[in-house]
Amino acid sequence: MAVKVRIPTPLMKLTNNQSEVSAEGSTIADILNNLESQYSGIKERICDESGAPRRFINIYLNEEDIRFLDGEKTGVKEGDEISIIPAIAGGAR
Amino acid sequence: MDFTDEQIERYSRHIILPEVGGIGQAKMLAARVLLIGAGGLGSPAGYYLAAAGVGNIGIVDFDTVELSNLQRQILHSTERLGQLKTESAKKTITALNPDVNVQLFNERLTSANILDIFAGYDYILDGTDNFSTRYLINDACVMTGKTNIHGSILRFEGQATVFKAKAGPCYRCLYPEPPPPGMVPNCQEGGVLGVLAGIIGNIQAVETLKMIVGIGEPLIGKLLLYDALKTEFRKLNLKRDVNCPVCGDNPTITELIDYEEFCGVPE
Repeated sequence: MAVKVRIPTPLMKLTNNQSEVSAEGSTIADILNNLESQYSGIKERICDESGAPRRFINIYLNEEDIRFLDGEKTGVKEGDEISIIPAIAGGAR
Repeated sequence: MDFTDEQIERYSRHIILPEVGGIGQAKMLAARVLLIGAGGLGSPAGYYLAAAGVGNIGIVDFDTVELSNLQRQILHSTERLGQLKTESAKKTITALNPDVNVQLFNERLTSANILDIFAGYDYILDGTDNFSTRYLINDACVMTGKTNIHGSILRFEGQATVFKAKAGPCYRCLYPEPPPPGMVPNCQEGGVLGVLAGIIGNIQAVETLKMIVGIGEPLIGKLLLYDALKTEFRKLNLKRDVNCPVCGDNPTITELIDYEEFCGVPE
């Protein structure tokens, strides 16, 4: 099934500047693999070698952080929305 | 406290708000807020907090005013190019509201000075541009129990939240470690719509005032995302991580850390 994935500004270069893309899968892990098949190189930017999201990037299923759900095994269903939210530091200078 | 006639007139639009009143205004005048950075976020936040009558504002910055700052850093001006940002900010704030006692710290925030600087303040408004200072501020806030009003901006997107020790998560609950320096471009490469700094900095100011007066629901445990291109605000839920290295049940970080300085975003 298809879900909407929100792409953060720093990764939009990899999605032809799209801030929202569609991806297929029944778990977060599926979705990440599907994203990689569509936009080569995006998964390694989001995940480390073990396949877990990097420590400065969080993934949310709707409004909830998947770390407090089932992590990458968290199930997704039609109409869900996934957000990838990296730490950003800009402010002063 | 007793207001002067001038204060009653200056703050009349606050005082007639039932949720604020004279008591709330007196709380603002007694409040102690520290701005980390008198830049894109610190400028609008500091300007409005001063207008509101926050009585004690500290400003930490070691930069001087540059022409490229003026697209968004509204505490400064063309005639103050080259001046210390702290001095420039104080001039603007004092001209707006002489009730504000402004204290300046012309120094880089480090593990060696942060606790002394924090000692005089209850609310810490994080408007820095780099991860090393953000983690330092977070850890110091957790260790001292001070409230961290967080904002960050990039291009057309902004984030804001409130980290209040014990009441909710901290920055490390979200992001346990800073990204490695090689994975971030520098700030100048990122770019930012100047007005975005005003939106996010003022959200930080509103959250600060709400907590000072004790009204409403502060952004504790919520990450506010603003997308200027889509004109969209969203709130995500944040949770305290019991395994957090600094505010978790068994913290592994018990001393302040000076990370190598870098800024920007994971690229």
